[in-house]
Amino acid sequence: MDQLSVQHLLGIKYLNTNDIDLIFKTADHFKEVINRPIKKVPSLRDITIANLFFENSTRTKLSFELAEKRLSADVINFSAGQSSVKKGETLIDTVNNILSMKVDMVVMRHPNPGAGVLLSKHINAAIINAGDGAHEHPTQALLDSYSIRERLGDVAGKKVVIVGDILHSRVALSNIYALKLQGAEVMVCGPKTLIPKHIASLGVTVETDLRKALNWCDVANMLRVQNERMDISYFPSTREYTQLYGVNMDLLNSLDKEIVIMHPGPINRGVEITSEVADSNQSIILNQVENGVAIRMAVIYLLASKIK
Amino acid sequence: MSAKALLNAKDIEIILHRLACQLIENHDDFSNTVFIGLQPRGAYLANRLLQLLEKEYNAKDLQLGLLDITFYRDDFRRRDEPLTATKTEIDFLIEDKKVVIIDDVLYSGRSVSAALTAMQSFGRPKNIELLVLIDRRFSRHLPIQPNYKGRQVDAINKEKVLVTWTETHNEDAVYIEQK
Repeated sequence: MDQLSVQHLLGIKYLNTNDIDLIFKTADHFKEVINRPIKKVPSLRDITIANLFFENSTRTKLSFELAEKRLSADVINFSAGQSSVKKGETLIDTVNNILSMKVDMVVMRHPNPGAGVLLSKHINAAIINAGDGAHEHPTQALLDSYSIRERLGDVAGKKVVIVGDILHSRVALSNIYALKLQGAEVMVCGPKTLIPKHIASLGVTVETDLRKALNWCDVANMLRVQNERMDISYFPSTREYTQLYGVNMDLLNSLDKEIVIMHPGPINRGVEITSEVADSNQSIILNQVENGVAIRMAVIYLLASKIK
Repeated sequence: MSAKALLNAKDIEIILHRLACQLIENHDDFSNTVFIGLQPRGAYLANRLLQLLEKEYNAKDLQLGLLDITFYRDDFRRRDEPLTATKTEIDFLIEDKKVVIIDDVLYSGRSVSAALTAMQSFGRPKNIELLVLIDRRFSRHLPIQPNYKGRQVDAINKEKVLVTWTETHNEDAVYIEQK
């Protein structure tokens, strides 16, 4: 059978189209598994996985933990808030100490871009990047593409606009890589201050008018404004942001066609999208969450099969 | 690689009729019985057998599920080549049912063992039986025996038993190949 071309999932940048196909096909099987009366398979019963979260997370952490447990792996959890990291320990020391307890795989979220790559050069375990700063969040991009494929049949040829805080978003970057790799057209839309200067070099178009962007696209992926990463003010007020870049039902209904609405969560209801939009038939936000477990099971399963 | 024909289409047809009759003997009208074909190769035999039961023996409303055992295997990470999963399609519960597991060749017994583990995800059956077309005795790794078998073969370990179907290879036949 096919195997992944990589030992770690550090970013979409390192994957090829065969890898993505294989992950999606495997996720199809796991999606069937998690809809059974007993939602568990014993594949990874001799694998131990450490979830290292050096940055807060609810959804991603729960989703990974559920995926690991559905595969029967042993799971240990670690959050930076309650650990020796506060006492000045380095990342590699922390992880090596955990690995001494015979851990086979590490799922890591870290505030610094490239933390996963650094780790992969120093330790002997499979690493999954669960978000590194404003760099990549590969499993989110995979589940987003998988959800588009599920709703629209295919990703190739589809027009996807990513709206909002592109500058601080690892979801945006991973999504751009993943969507381009699969042959989709990608546009980013947001206030100029929140769009990185050279983003067009990734092969995406830039649009500052939300209505134009929505009229162009098949799918709109609405990002959250990441206030916690903003050291300066990027727009005058949240109210103004919502007026220019928030999606409500009136706007959706006035478009030429019906588009699909996505959101990686957590949603600021009433800021980037209204509650009505989030809960409408056009929204696939909860499908994204369900698919997240299947995608993460597939990634973990495929990487674990390479651990000897 | 040389191949020796073990069964031809006529042999297989006779065997399928015999197996069908044996099933009827034990399962009556099949009202409390479900069939589980093991993916991918057991599915062809299961489909054939059920078609025969419906057409020639007037069995009605037979329930067939297809089970993929990839995620239940005990050799995950121990194989050189990882396995590709196929689809599981079981849209009924097996709780309190009589289950007949169907596969083409019984060799080490490990697939069947994995299938028995997998069945637990779909409920607690009343009992489970095993039907195979070819039983390679003397090569078992586990204490597993078929309840219904088409033909018993004493192939040695370096030989491979290949079952072909019209659907996949344009002929119904069983060959023994030298590896």
